[in-house]
Amino acid sequence: MLKKRILMLLGLFILVGTLTACQSGSNNGRSITAVGSSALQPLVEAVGENYTSAHSGNFINVQGGGTGTGLSQIQEGAVDIGNSDLYAEQKKGINAKKLVDHKVAVVGITPVINKQLAIKNLTKKQLIGIFTGDITNWQQVGGPDRTIVVINRAQGSGTRSTFERWALNGQSSLQAQEQDSTGMVRQIVSSTPGAISYMAFAYVDKTIKTVSVDNIQPTNKNVETNRWPIWSYEHMYTRGQPKGLTKDFIDYMMSDSVQEKVVGKLGYIPMSQMKTTRTLNDELHITK
Amino acid sequence: MNSKKWNTVATGILYFIAGVMILILAFLLIFILWNGLPHVSWHFLTTPARSFQTGGGIGIQLFNSFYLLFLAMLISIPISIGAGIYLSEYAKQNWLTSLIRTSIDILSSLPSIVVGLFGFLVFSIQAGLGFSILSGALALTVFNLPLLTRNVEESLNSISESQREAGLALGLSKWETVLRIIIPEALPGIVTGMILGAGRVFGEAAALIYTAGQSAPALDFTNWNPFYIASPLNPLRPAETLAVHIWKINSEGIMPDAAQVSAGASAVLIIAVLIFNFGARFISARVYGKMTGTK
Amino acid sequence: MHDDIKDSLLKKSRATRSEQRGRIISLTCTAIIVLIVVSIFYFVASKGLATFFSNKVNVWDFLSKSIWNPGSTDSHGSPQAGALPMIIGSFGVTLLSAIIATPFAIATAIFMTEISPNKGYKILQPVTELLVGIPSVVYGFIGLSVVVPFVRHTFGGTGFGILAGTFVLFVMILPTVTSMSVDALRAVPRYYREASLALGATRWQTIYKVVLRSATPGLATAVIFGMSRAFGEALAVQMVIGNAVLLPHNLISPASTLTSVLTMGMGNTVMGSAANNALWSLALLLLLMSLVFNLLINKIAKRGRI
Repeated sequence: MLKKRILMLLGLFILVGTLTACQSGSNNGRSITAVGSSALQPLVEAVGENYTSAHSGNFINVQGGGTGTGLSQIQEGAVDIGNSDLYAEQKKGINAKKLVDHKVAVVGITPVINKQLAIKNLTKKQLIGIFTGDITNWQQVGGPDRTIVVINRAQGSGTRSTFERWALNGQSSLQAQEQDSTGMVRQIVSSTPGAISYMAFAYVDKTIKTVSVDNIQPTNKNVETNRWPIWSYEHMYTRGQPKGLTKDFIDYMMSDSVQEKVVGKLGYIPMSQMKTTRTLNDELHITK
Repeated sequence: MNSKKWNTVATGILYFIAGVMILILAFLLIFILWNGLPHVSWHFLTTPARSFQTGGGIGIQLFNSFYLLFLAMLISIPISIGAGIYLSEYAKQNWLTSLIRTSIDILSSLPSIVVGLFGFLVFSIQAGLGFSILSGALALTVFNLPLLTRNVEESLNSISESQREAGLALGLSKWETVLRIIIPEALPGIVTGMILGAGRVFGEAAALIYTAGQSAPALDFTNWNPFYIASPLNPLRPAETLAVHIWKINSEGIMPDAAQVSAGASAVLIIAVLIFNFGARFISARVYGKMTGTK
Repeated sequence: MHDDIKDSLLKKSRATRSEQRGRIISLTCTAIIVLIVVSIFYFVASKGLATFFSNKVNVWDFLSKSIWNPGSTDSHGSPQAGALPMIIGSFGVTLLSAIIATPFAIATAIFMTEISPNKGYKILQPVTELLVGIPSVVYGFIGLSVVVPFVRHTFGGTGFGILAGTFVLFVMILPTVTSMSVDALRAVPRYYREASLALGATRWQTIYKVVLRSATPGLATAVIFGMSRAFGEALAVQMVIGNAVLLPHNLISPASTLTSVLTMGMGNTVMGSAANNALWSLALLLLLMSLVFNLLINKIAKRGRI
């Protein structure tokens, strides 16, 4: 009879499930789902946490999955917000006309190297040489006699696209080790002698070190004035104009208090700080 | 004598290999616990995670893991027992049965990431369950069923034929024989398989990333109405489990103490599986005693 | 006239009814599993075949070329989807780790069932079961912090590669293969052993000539489960193999497996695009290869049966 009981319990759960599905109305709280870019995920999550604690009964579910997932899901209308590191127009297979872009922050991306390397600066030419495979030993750029180990990001990742576009002048990098997540890249660069990779400012910590490019330091200030050109917008896409909780949440995200207090603190650059804007076609406009 | 000598040598080798095995396992356990235990505290176990500050805990993830495990096992145990009974007792030796067996084998060798994506498209999107415990539990069921079924079938097969004959001779139907005699007899084996399955479920991350999701919204532990969105029992809320949490903070975590949280969470995961294992072993022994009347 | 006796004789007995019910219940459960398998197959195949039908990739090119860049097209206008490096990587780590793990697992299983069942049950079994519960992420990180530096210091190179992947997978599949081998050995009837010992065989002779022989199908199943786990393992392998879509020159140069590329790329591609379809083709390949494995092992198991 144990079995009967189990079956009954199972039935009960299916019932509960269907009931809940029909019932997810307003009296039980509102919720929206944001999916996509893992680089943007920590920010949206943090802001979502703040929003939920300030407005009880509203839930912001934030999922990673990558820019590709975010854009395909928002295109199909399966989620409320699609997070992306790239303009939707830059991604193959996305019809950007249906989507509304909300630029919520800027991230700077910097080359990082293993700490043991006594290298402080690389010229852009050297950087291109390293990532396209022409330079294979650190000696060639004034470092120790050690093989260069290039750690790349996955094909199609937003960080990689941005890096190739702005640091490698649009050249694609060589086939090398690839990693999907920033945390893994950081771990590998910190533990592998002679390793070089790149990541968003927010992830740089004591275990690795950054290098300047053409003697320009990777700092927020330099990004704001575009002296450091390797940066990109973080986008939150909605299908059509946002409504309801989606609108409230995006407004909250863009509000001064969030932009100043949370965005900056997490290592992203607030939109309001930017002294330049960059259009889809890479045109620069100085705004301040 | 030659064969005697061989016997000694072979026994020695077997002892050696078993010793090496224990050493490997001991190293793993000690490594994980040594690195993780210093970070585990009551505070760590009960507070919610923080995405960018130090001092976050794993309270919600821990609860989610258990709840998800419970739901997944609730769905997969009856199905696997039924299918195991069919394969062991009813299935005829023909092409159809071997096709069924092969398909179960294939299901078991599916990469969990494929199961996760399948679950994402079918349960989360088509069925409209979204990122929820329920779609996670269903994906885990898919992932878990083949191993459990195979295990039930093997446990049933290992019961001697005379037991079945005895049951039939008493005038029980085949079904009743299986239910009343064979299953209780095979229970320890079945429970072991369930534990293994539960262990897999507990540690699974890839299948859950796209189904149960990677966010753990704050829960209201005072509201147990399963319809309320912040209720711990709501099967339709997104639920990051412990294993997914470890994966996430290792890949994209920006809290300063990510490494510590990850080590601590791994240790907790191991301890949870440990407690769960011994608990199940104890229960299995009790159930066996009760059902067979040996105690 | 109402005839109770006739009725009760003609009616199906209680046992028959319960028998029918039982048959239906168990058949339904089996049908559910088959349905799941069929739908996954349909789902993976419909996505994975799109590479060949709608993106016009030549199947032979897919299997034999080694340039993987499905986002961009080659001179013929079809996506560059050459999966050979991943195929070699996947087979390499799977076969190597199974080759190392099998003797370990079977020896441990023999120890647990034949030599010291008491200790085996009390110590080894809980530990193996516990290890199955360690998430692959944790294995991956131990691999990254212990195995990769070890390989780097001992064999040179960066440490990432097939060798590191093999070590990690070896430890990962060990508990699974062991506990399934134990089941297989336990299923050998006791009187086989007794008969052999009664004939004057030593314990080792009994194990080697009787127990192992009659358990061969079960042991083969255990190994295939281990191999399929190794084949399908994604997260841990991805951390230590280096994920370079290059033909591996040796065991310590960065390589990639089908799963590692699949896991990495899935989130970065748009559903329905050529790059995404190519990843599904990898998943389809995984499915087909595990099918081949299964058929192969079934054959071996049948031959091994006495």
